[in-house]
Amino acid sequence: MIDILAGTCLILGSLLALVAGIGLVRFPDVLTRMHAATKPQTLGILLVLLGLALRVEDRSTLTVIGVAAVFQLVTAPVSAHMLGRAALRAGHIDRTRLTRDDLSDESGEPGEPA
Amino acid sequence: MTAVGIVCAVLLAVSGVLCLIRVVRGPSMLDRTVATDVFVASIVGAVGVHAAVGRYSSTVSVLLALSLVGFLGSVSIARFAARDGDGGPHLEEGEHQ
Repeated sequence: MIDILAGTCLILGSLLALVAGIGLVRFPDVLTRMHAATKPQTLGILLVLLGLALRVEDRSTLTVIGVAAVFQLVTAPVSAHMLGRAALRAGHIDRTRLTRDDLSDESGEPGEPA
Repeated sequence: MTAVGIVCAVLLAVSGVLCLIRVVRGPSMLDRTVATDVFVASIVGAVGVHAAVGRYSSTVSVLLALSLVGFLGSVSIARFAARDGDGGPHLEEGEHQ
């Protein structure tokens, strides 16, 4: 029973990685590719680590798995924030696709990023 | 459990190939960085699936090291690209490299 649960978690996590790969190839600019990229970085890796935690035999490994999960959850938003800000400042964003743009003024000129 | 391992290996391998396609196509360095991040996530998933299928606990610390290295790499590239403007080396008019 636990093996079925673990296998489901592992396959779902791998499926999220595949979805992100498809999104990376098909999406048009940096921000939309980042949208695809965040799925395996958080939920995908957490599902794989959950499946791994259900399968390991010694309890001490669970600590390392928990640390890896927490670390992944803390670092992924930081690097995504820095990448998004770099993309904005470098002008790699297609502003016509944005539904709301707080970082440009009324004339459509990009404002000073916060 | 072997069947689960094979299915996961196929899914993660296809994901890795798609990431590499984006790394090759670019067009900017930030696209390549995002693709490399997903590639690292795929590798972390692959190591995790391998450890889960075989019930190994020795490779679990590799997961920690991989996520740390991927984080540091993408952050340093983002700093470099933000300072550098368009995320690549600037070439003046008529300058060839």
